[in-house]
Amino acid sequence: MTYIIPALILGACGLLAGVLLTVAAKVFHVEVDERIEKISEALPQANCGACGYAGCGDYAAAIVNSGAETNLCKPGGSAAAGAIAEILGTSAAEVIPTAAVVHCNGNCNATETAFEFDGVQSCKAVKRFYGGNGKCKYGCIGLGDCAEVCDNDAVVIKDGIASIIAAKCGSCGKCVKACPNSLISIRPLAKTISVLCSSGDNGKATKLSCKNGCIGCKICEKKCPVGAIKVENFHASINYDLCTSCGECMQACPVKAIHKV
Amino acid sequence: MKSMMIILLSAMLTDNFVLSKFMGICPFLGVSKKLDSATGMGIAVTFVMICATIVTYPIHHGILVPNDLAYLDTVVFILVIALFVQLVETMLKKCIPALYKSLGVYLPLITTNCAVLGVTVLNIDNEYTFLQSIVNALGGGLGFMLSLVIFSGVRKKMEYADIPETFRGVPATLVAASIVSVSFMGFSGLFS
Repeated sequence: MTYIIPALILGACGLLAGVLLTVAAKVFHVEVDERIEKISEALPQANCGACGYAGCGDYAAAIVNSGAETNLCKPGGSAAAGAIAEILGTSAAEVIPTAAVVHCNGNCNATETAFEFDGVQSCKAVKRFYGGNGKCKYGCIGLGDCAEVCDNDAVVIKDGIASIIAAKCGSCGKCVKACPNSLISIRPLAKTISVLCSSGDNGKATKLSCKNGCIGCKICEKKCPVGAIKVENFHASINYDLCTSCGECMQACPVKAIHKV
Repeated sequence: MKSMMIILLSAMLTDNFVLSKFMGICPFLGVSKKLDSATGMGIAVTFVMICATIVTYPIHHGILVPNDLAYLDTVVFILVIALFVQLVETMLKKCIPALYKSLGVYLPLITTNCAVLGVTVLNIDNEYTFLQSIVNALGGGLGFMLSLVIFSGVRKKMEYADIPETFRGVPATLVAASIVSVSFMGFSGLFS
C-alpha cells in the first residue's frame, strides 16, 4: 500500500494534467500556414543562423510571412532554394556556394610566440592579454575558438593556425564571429585565390614578425589584370566581385602571401 | 485584513523573491532587457504563481497530508506548475502572439523557475491559510514583476554607459543586479 497510493495519486495528477492540456491545445489551436512547415522541412534543420534568422523554423516563417529571400540558406544551397521555390510556386533564386577562409598563414614555421600563455586556452582569453601571445598581433592565435563553434568539423588547427576544409564548410559564419582577430571571411567557393595575411603592421614590422606575412608592396595590385586586388592597411585584399581567379597575383607575390585555397 | 496587507507587502518588498531570496534569477537576467517583455513575464509568472497556489494548497492539505505523503510535495507541485506554464504558453500563443515571441524560451523556463516552486513550498512551510497563501502568491508575483520592471530601467541606462570592455554584458548586469538588491535591503524591518 505504501507504494501504490503515491503512485496512484501521482498518476492521477499526471493524467488530469494531460487531459487538461489536450483540451487547451484544441481550444486555443492556432492556424499555422502549412507552407511554413513544408519549407521548414525542406531546410537542413542545422539551425546555424547563417540566413540571419534564429533557426530554420524562424527563417521559414519569415519567407512566408514577410517575403524573405529564398536563397539565404547557405548549408542547404541551391537544393533548398529550389525546394522552397517549388513550395511557394516561384522560380528558384540562384545560390552562389560559399566557404569560409582564414586570412593568416603564420604557422609555426613562419612566426613565433612572444611569450608563454598559461591561462584559459582560448583565443579570446589570449587576445585580452597584451593583444595575443604571437609575435604578430594580427595573426591566428591557433587555440581553435573557430573550431569550437563549427558544427561541421570544417576547421582544422594545423601547425598552430586554423584552416578551413572548404568541402565541409556550411558557411554559416559562426567562425567569422568567433575569431577575436577577425581573420575569417566568407568567399565564393569558385574564387580560389586568397590573401593569407591580415597584418596591419608596415612591411618591415611584418617581415620581422612573420615570414609568410604580406608586406604591402603592391606588386599584386599592379599585376592584377582586372584591378580586383587592393593594398589597404598594409596588406592586400581581394574584391571577389571582380576577381577571376587567374592567379597572376599569386605568381607575382614576392613573399608568397597569396595562396590557392 | 491587516495581516493580509502585511503578507502581500512583505512578499513584494522585504522578502522579494528575486532581490532578497535570489530565486528566479534566470528570467530576471534574461527578460529584463525590455520593459514590455519584463511586464509580460511578470504577469505570466504572477498568473502561474496564483494558479499553482490555488491548486497545490488543496492537493497538499486534502490529499497528500491525510495519506502521509507530504514528501511528494516537490514532484506534484512541479507537475502542477508545468501544467500551468504550458496552459499560459498555449493561451499566449493564441491571444498575444507578440508577447509570446518576445518572451521566447523564458516562458517554458517558468516551469523550472524556483520562484514559482518557492511560493508554493513556502506557503506550506509558513503554515498559511488558503487565503493567505493566495495573497502571498500574488505578492510574490507582483514583487517579481516589480524587480523585473525596475531592473529593465536600470539596464536601459546601462546601454548608454561606457563600461570597461571586460565588464560589458553579463558581468556588468550582475553587478547592477546586486546593487538593486542592496537597495531592497532598505525595506527590511518595515513590517515587524
